[in-house]
Parts: sequence; structure tokens; C-alpha cells
Amino acid sequence: MAPSTESLQSLILTTLDTDSSIPDTLSLTSPDGTTLEQLQIQGALNSLAAREMLTYKNITRDTWVLTPEAEGLLAEGSYEARVFEVVRAALEGLTIQDLQAKVGKEVAGLGQKAAFRNKWIKQDNGKLVKCVDEVEDVTQAQLKEVKETGNLKNAKVLADLKKRKLVALQKSLSFSVEKGPKFSTTIQKLETDLTAEMIASGSWRKTEFKKYNFNAQGVPPAGGALHPLMKVREEFRNIFFEMGFQEMPTNKFVESSFWNFDALFVPQQHPARDMQDTFFIKDPQGAGLPDDKEYVQRVADVHEKGGFGSIGYRYPYKEEETEKLVLRTHTTSISTNILYKLANAPGGFKPAKYFSIDRVFRNESVDATHLAEFHQVEGVIADYNLTLGDLIGFMETFFAKMGVTNLRFKAAYNPYTEPSMEIFSYHSGLKRWVEIGNSGLFRPEMLEPMGLPKGVRVIGWGLSLERPTMIKYGVDNIRELLGHKVSLGFIGSNPAVRLDKKMGREAVKEGAAAE
Amino acid sequence: MPTVNVDKADLFELLGREYTTEEFDELCFDFGIELDEDTSLDPVIVNGVPERPLLKIDIPANRYDLLCIEGIATSLNVFRGKQEPPNFRLVEAKEPITLTVKPETEQIRPYVAVAVLRGVKFNPRRYSSFIALQDKLHNNLCRNRSLVAIGTHDLDTVKGPFTYEALKPEEIKFVPLSQTKEWNAKDLMEHYEQEKSHLGRYVPIIKDSPVYPVIYDAERRVCSLPPIINSEHSKISLDTTNVLIECTATDKTKLEVVINTMVAMFSVYCAEPFTIEPVNIVSEHNGCTRQSPNVTPRKTTAEASYINSVCGLKLSNEEICTLLKRMSLAATPSSQNDILDVSIPITRADILHQCDIMEDAAIAYGYNNLPHTFPANSATVGQPFPINKLSDIIRREAAQAGWTEVMPLILCSHDENFSWLNRKDDGTQAVKLANPKTAEYQVVRTSLLPGVLKTVRENRKEALPIKVFEASDVVFKDEREERRARNERRFCAVWASKTAGFEVVHGLLDRIMRMLSVNPTDKSSKQTGYWIEETDDGTFFPGRAANVWYLGEEMEEAVVVGVFGVLHPEVLEKFEIPFACSGLELNLEVFL
Repeated sequence: MAPSTESLQSLILTTLDTDSSIPDTLSLTSPDGTTLEQLQIQGALNSLAAREMLTYKNITRDTWVLTPEAEGLLAEGSYEARVFEVVRAALEGLTIQDLQAKVGKEVAGLGQKAAFRNKWIKQDNGKLVKCVDEVEDVTQAQLKEVKETGNLKNAKVLADLKKRKLVALQKSLSFSVEKGPKFSTTIQKLETDLTAEMIASGSWRKTEFKKYNFNAQGVPPAGGALHPLMKVREEFRNIFFEMGFQEMPTNKFVESSFWNFDALFVPQQHPARDMQDTFFIKDPQGAGLPDDKEYVQRVADVHEKGGFGSIGYRYPYKEEETEKLVLRTHTTSISTNILYKLANAPGGFKPAKYFSIDRVFRNESVDATHLAEFHQVEGVIADYNLTLGDLIGFMETFFAKMGVTNLRFKAAYNPYTEPSMEIFSYHSGLKRWVEIGNSGLFRPEMLEPMGLPKGVRVIGWGLSLERPTMIKYGVDNIRELLGHKVSLGFIGSNPAVRLDKKMGREAVKEGAAAE
Repeated sequence: MPTVNVDKADLFELLGREYTTEEFDELCFDFGIELDEDTSLDPVIVNGVPERPLLKIDIPANRYDLLCIEGIATSLNVFRGKQEPPNFRLVEAKEPITLTVKPETEQIRPYVAVAVLRGVKFNPRRYSSFIALQDKLHNNLCRNRSLVAIGTHDLDTVKGPFTYEALKPEEIKFVPLSQTKEWNAKDLMEHYEQEKSHLGRYVPIIKDSPVYPVIYDAERRVCSLPPIINSEHSKISLDTTNVLIECTATDKTKLEVVINTMVAMFSVYCAEPFTIEPVNIVSEHNGCTRQSPNVTPRKTTAEASYINSVCGLKLSNEEICTLLKRMSLAATPSSQNDILDVSIPITRADILHQCDIMEDAAIAYGYNNLPHTFPANSATVGQPFPINKLSDIIRREAAQAGWTEVMPLILCSHDENFSWLNRKDDGTQAVKLANPKTAEYQVVRTSLLPGVLKTVRENRKEALPIKVFEASDVVFKDEREERRARNERRFCAVWASKTAGFEVVHGLLDRIMRMLSVNPTDKSSKQTGYWIEETDDGTFFPGRAANVWYLGEEMEEAVVVGVFGVLHPEVLEKFEIPFACSGLELNLEVFL
């Protein structure tokens, strides 16, 4: 049985008292002769050192120890020696099958090879026969030396044993101990905490307090936590509110192809409308279309025949395609619906700014950066005579509120915006331009069939909520951020979001050692 | 977005200069394409020999003219002002080739276009680019050959006039490309299907049709069986100089785009570059008799004031025309003040509206050179969506009460949503997906419980008790809605520990109600407020479940707005949760 902490402490103190120091605690043995665990000694030393009764230093050394396999070899002899013994015992020699039967297949295989190499045995007429009368089991002797001394004089052999996974290096820790300023063989009881009782009685004046460990962590407060994605969402919402945006009613996950694609001037043969990209709905089937049949017809016409200054896509537009229900692939389906309502609002069009942050669905194969669900952050500004300069200038202000200042715009293609501009920002950590969002002016073929006046232009932009969150919190796998596999510890320990401050990976000090 | 692999050395030779990877990346950025990878940075070694370095370039999905090195080089050279845009023109043969279309083709694949390139000089890399362009077009614009299919032939092996017919599969007999024996089309389709040939995926386009489309030459030799395969006899090779290109289609517009792209990209290698020999197509039954292809640029107009207004610039008409020329659009100021006459070459099928012309002007000007402004007039008022505001209030209260917010997925398996909760699917509630890739995504959840329970399962190692919540939407079928479904905002909380904790979840319910100023009341009093009443619900342990009733100010009758209780051990077993749990699920819409 391991000695109690008290008896261990008293052993250390009495040893120190008689010998005045302990050069190495490996030499300490308990009175009943049992070996002492150095970890337990460390515990006792720590608590005595905290009382300044002693000081101690670590002694670390490397010791070679035998692996379980090597312990077996030490006990029963090396494979080759075992093979030799069996071959020698069989006076007429024996077949490989006999050998396997006697020592097992594995020992026979490994041992035979080495025994041949050492020229202990040979093959004669299909039988194994001995070449020498006596052999010395060198391996066994080497393992014995390691076991007894923790080392082997011949470093080359040692390396070979290590390679054969017969020996392994183990770090061992022990301690050298000296008396401390408050050395005594008796331990005075120390109080850990100041109590109301001590204050009332005044006993605190005479009480000795235990040294506080300032390196220890505080007690984590009990409490709940909001999800990191929702915290980032809140920051985005605040930015939108500060800039006068109204939140769109995105609580419609099921969408008609009309609002998800056709009304946005996405042609019916567009790859995004393929089965492998979009979730289609089996039940229920067949969306209703807007009551405004003239609008529905204008949408069909602009695809099929053109109009509003466009030659259109000129393909046969099919009503059954427009009625297919899907899980929305973007929140732009809602923006489109809202713009249609804006165009047809009582009293006519008025300038408007809208935003949304909500879930979208893609029939994607799941990997570290893709999930079938994610959140889209989307903004829309509708006004007369907006310019590309307005778009760029607005994006600069918007992203500056997140601490992202260095922006660049690249031409891109998107079926419902023209021009389409990918927004890049220079990431000082990654030392390259990274795409942070998409933007553009909605096409006239989308806006004018709604009834928006010709001079009205609409800026739209979007980004995923997950991507900036992953950068902010240093998350590499989206599944560690969204979905049921997210760790509650991760949720509970995440810092508050301050988009204008560096966080996570961004906050690593330049020149600091990399993890 | 398609990615095109181009030979780096060849492209730089065509561009007339070397670029560093960074320089070329910049050029791509300015033009609106994207350098995805430069393989010379990490060369691929095959049999000890490094492969020729490639540039992998992402191009916009509507720019079919950039799907090969020939098109990319031309466009970049025009953009850099190093080259005039090519002037494609038809050169008629003394004895023009004709192709006659039979009315039967209406049943399966009604449209065809044909063109001839004369004196083409292939080399191995040009040849593979020619093949690769067809693949790219087939995969993208042609929707895997369903809309358009391209066949290319060595014209010197066949003889016009040609016919485009539709015949019974058994009647079509020929030696298909890469085969040695003759097949009839019916057996050939079965062969491709069974042999797991890469052609198998095109078979369904015609398989069940009573007639298959086929192109014959004057001597009844099969040229191709579109959209599946060409004949071995007419196959093109490196040595082919006179190339016959035929395209068949179900979509007339895309047919023209495809044949035009093919001739525009590869006429550069003709004896006289950019010339195309037309073919006379006779197709009286559907009014498609014409000379093919039509390479005349499309004439359109654009308003200079519109371009200036959108770009926030004050350019002269001439300046705009200069910008457009760099994007291969020939534009001239017209007699009318504000109008530019613009010729859209056959390579620019992406231009539908003057907004596309405006975009080109802006790209040529440089997006990053445009003046930065701020939308000045849009003074608007910020406002949250009411249900989001409500659920945010409840989320914060729940977190302050010591519960942790989780965010499971909205899609789940049918079992998780029903049988694992001891619930039956009566077919009236859940929205079901038609094409999920895995069983994880079969239905849109009708309850928040499955996701929250899965989150508990994945966090079994956390210290107990586990207290988690979610405020989000579930979806129900609803015939009254335009989209045949509606979302409902819910709140769900689950406690998991050594003991079931019914009273803990009850306490959270009370707290939320207090925060919403909804008072506890009892059923008999007819006072507004909420009360709970024991219920029988398979999800919960018998005798440990209650409905939450609510009577609001403007409500005639009290309604059940939620349910909570000790989760049934069978439910916990299904979700592999080794603890006792209580759960609460509340509809938030009524508290709006």
C-alpha cells in the first residue's frame, strides 16, 4: 500500500533532519521497504515547498526499458535461440512444418532467418539441422544488461534494439532536496482561506496562511453561452441596423423554383438547377405561383423571348420547371420576393435597404469546408441611379466596420447580377488576397418584369456567415462549427465577437513562435 | 465555374511575353478570370520526366469563348491591345456542300448545324485542345450532350451531300469510333450501357425513342449517331486538314452558340485564318433552311449615358468605344447623340442586354479605378424581423439562465424525426426531399428535439449536467401556402444528467414565461397566462409529460404551445444517450 501523504512528508523531513539533504529521492525507501512513486514524492515536496520548509530541484534522466516483447525474449530466450534449441533436440533434424508446430509460426519465421544468418542451422534434404553444438544467446544477454542498468554500452546494438522495438526510452524524474528557510520536522497546519469566522473572532491575526498558487487557473463561472455563429450573426445584424437596413422575412426554407431561380433570371438549364446541386422536394409537390399572373408571364417571356432591352435566353421555358419545389439554395429568393413587393407597394417604389442572415441548403458532398447547410449574409440596396462606385464605396464602409479595410474587386459571373464583383481583401496573416464575398447589380431582366421603374438599380451582396467565423475563431472544419458534432466546450469557451479586433488566428503576434 | 488547363509555354508564346505567376495572376484578375494553379510551382513527374507546366484557369460560366487556349490567348491579346479582334468570315466553296434534314428528326433531335474548316494544321497540342474544347462544351453549355452534341469528321473520308435522318435503331448499322466490327444502333446502346462505357451516361438521351438520329454521307456511310458516337470511318486525326463539324440539338439558341464557338476557336488554324466554309442546310419542314454557320456579328445599341451613369463616369462616346474594343466589342458612336452602335461577335453569346456591354466597359476601365462614392439618397430606417427579435430575447434569457446554445442541422433522417421519438409519420407534416445524397438528409425537421438530442449524444463526455437549447425553425407542409410549406419558430431545451430533471426544465419554462410577461394561471380562471397539464406522449416517460397551455390577450380559446417532460428511455436508447434527460419544446410564434 502506498504511504499516506502525511507519512511521506514526515519521512522526507526526518531524512532531511538526519542527512541535512537528499541528493536523489530515488534513494528514499519507505520504512516497510516498499518502493516509492516519484510522482507521489513530488506531491509531498510541493506542499512542503509551499510552506518554505524545503526546496527541491528536478533530476531528469533517460532510462532504456524493455518492451513487453523484449521481456518475453529475456524470459524465454531469443527467437533464434529457441529455434536452435528445437533443431538441436531433434537429432534427425526436422521440417519447417515441425518447427512451426513446436515453436509457433511467428517464432519459427523470425528465429529461422536469424539462425541461418548466424550459421547456427542449415537446410539438409529438406530438413533443418544444426551446424554447431552450442550457441550463445547474445540478444538475451543484451536485453539483460538493459533491464539491469537501464542502458547498453554498445550504442550501435542499442540503436538496433530500438529499431526492432525491443527497447524504448523512458524519461524518469526524481528530485534533489535541501532544507528550506522554515525547515522543521513538524508541519504546522496552514489555513487555505480567510473566513468570515476568522474576521469576526480576530483569529486571522495569528493564523498562518498557505501560500497561494498564483499560477493556478481561477474557477470557471457556471453559466450558459451563446453559439459562436450566432454571436457573429449578431455583430453583422448590428452593422446592418447601424446602416439603416431592414431585416427580411427569411423564415421560408421551402421555396418554389420560380422565386429561387426563374424570377432571378436563372435559366432553366442552368447547372445550379441540377439534381446534384439543389435539394428538390418529393412531398409536397408543385408550388403555387404568385397571384400576379402578368408578372409570372413577364418572367417567362424575358427568359424565352427577351424584353426590357434584352434578347433573353431564347429557350423553351417550362411551367413544370418553375413549379418545382426546392430547399432554397440562397436567401436571394427572399430578396427577390421582397423587391417584387417593393415594386408593387401601395404608393409606388421607395428607396429601401434590406438584409438577412439565415440558413440555405445545397446538395453538396460534405467535407471540411462544405456542409449541406450554411448561413448566408445578404444585403440589398434599391434606389434610383445607384452606381458601381456606390457599390464599392458602400462595401468599403460595410467591411471597415468588421475591421476589413483593404478591398479589391474582380469581375465575375453570376446569372442574376451584372456586373458581378467578387470582393477580395488582403489577409495579412495568410499573406494573400482572399475572397470575402460576392456583390453586383441585379440584372434589368430580373428587376424590370417586377415593375420597378427603369432608373431603379439594386445593389446586392452576400457572404457566408461560417467563413468569417471560421477565420475569427481559428476553426478549420465547418463541422466543428455548425451541426450536432460541435463541442459544448468549444461553445462555452469562445470569446465574445469583436469584429473590429483581431481574434483567433489573426491575433497571433508577429514573430511569436508558431504552434 | 469551369477550369481550363492551358499549356503555360504555349500561352506565353501566344501572348508574346513571359509572365511571373504573380504578374499573370494580376492580368487574370483585371480581365475577370482567375489563375487557380500554376503547375510549374509543383511539377508533376511522369516516368521521370516533368510534364509540361500548365496554368489552370477558372473562367466565368457564360464565357464559352474562353474554354480553350486559343480563345484565352485571343481575348487577352485584344484586352492588352496587342491584337485586333478576329474578323470571322465565310468563304463559300465553288460547289457548296449541302445537308438535308428529314422531318422524322423532329421526333428526337430536330436541329442541326454544320460547318467546314479548310486547310487546318493540327499538331499534338492543338489537336488535344480541339478535343478538350468539345468535352468542355459538352459538359457545360450542352448539358452533357442533351441539348447539343458535337461531331467532328475528316471531310476527305466522306462525300456530300449529307442527310440528317431519324431511323429505327435496328436499321442503323456502322462501325463506331474505336471499334472494329459493325453494330446496329440498338445493340450498340445496350453495349454502352452494360460495358460501363463513359458513353453510357448519354444513352438515356435517345434510348427509348422509336427512332435514333443519324447523319449519312452521299454514299450512305454513317458519319455519326448523335449524341452518342461518331463512326470509325470518318474519324479525324492529326493529319486531317479539312474538318467537317456537325452539331445536333434540341435547343436552337445553344446550337448556334456551340457551332460558332467551335469555328471561332479553331478557324485560327485554317489555311486562311478565321475563314469558315459554310454548308447549305435544307430543312423545309421546320423553316430552318439556311446557310450554316452564321458568323455575322449581332448589331445592337447601347446608351453612353447609361454606361456612364452606372459606372459613375463621364466618358465621351469615343472613350467608351475604345474601352469596348479591348473586350472584343466593335462599337462606334452613332448619328444619335447618346447611342453607340455595337457589334457583338459570335464569340460573345453572353451579351444579352446593354448591361452586359456596360460591364465590359467597366472591366476595361478597371473596377479598381472606378471612383468610390456612397449611396447618398437612401435614407432608410433599420428594423429587425419581429420573430427574430423575439427569439433573440429568449435565446439571451436561456443563456443567462445557464443553458448553452447549440446549432444542429435542419435536415435529418426520417427515423430521427419520427420513429426514434416514438412518433408516427401520418404523411401530413414533414417535407421530404427527393434527391438527398445520404440518409442523414431525408426530411426537413418538424421538431427541434432530434438535433438537440444528437448534440447531447456527441457531447456525452462533457461534465454533467448537460443543459442545451436551440431557438430555430421547423417546417410543416401547408397546402394553403404558395410554397406548400411554412416555417414555425420553436424553442427547445434538453437537460441530461444522472437524474431526469423534470423540475429543471419546468423551471426554465417558468423563467422564459416570466421574461415574456406571461403569468402562470390555471385552466379554470380564464385569466390570460399559461399552465401545464399532464399528457400522454410517446416521446416522454409515462406520467412525466405535460402540455404547455397558453391563453393570450386576444385569444378566444387557450391553445397548446408546447410540451415537456422526462424523455422516454426508448428515445434515449435510439439516440444513444446514456443519461436521464428532460426536454422542452415550445412554439414561439404565439408570443409575437
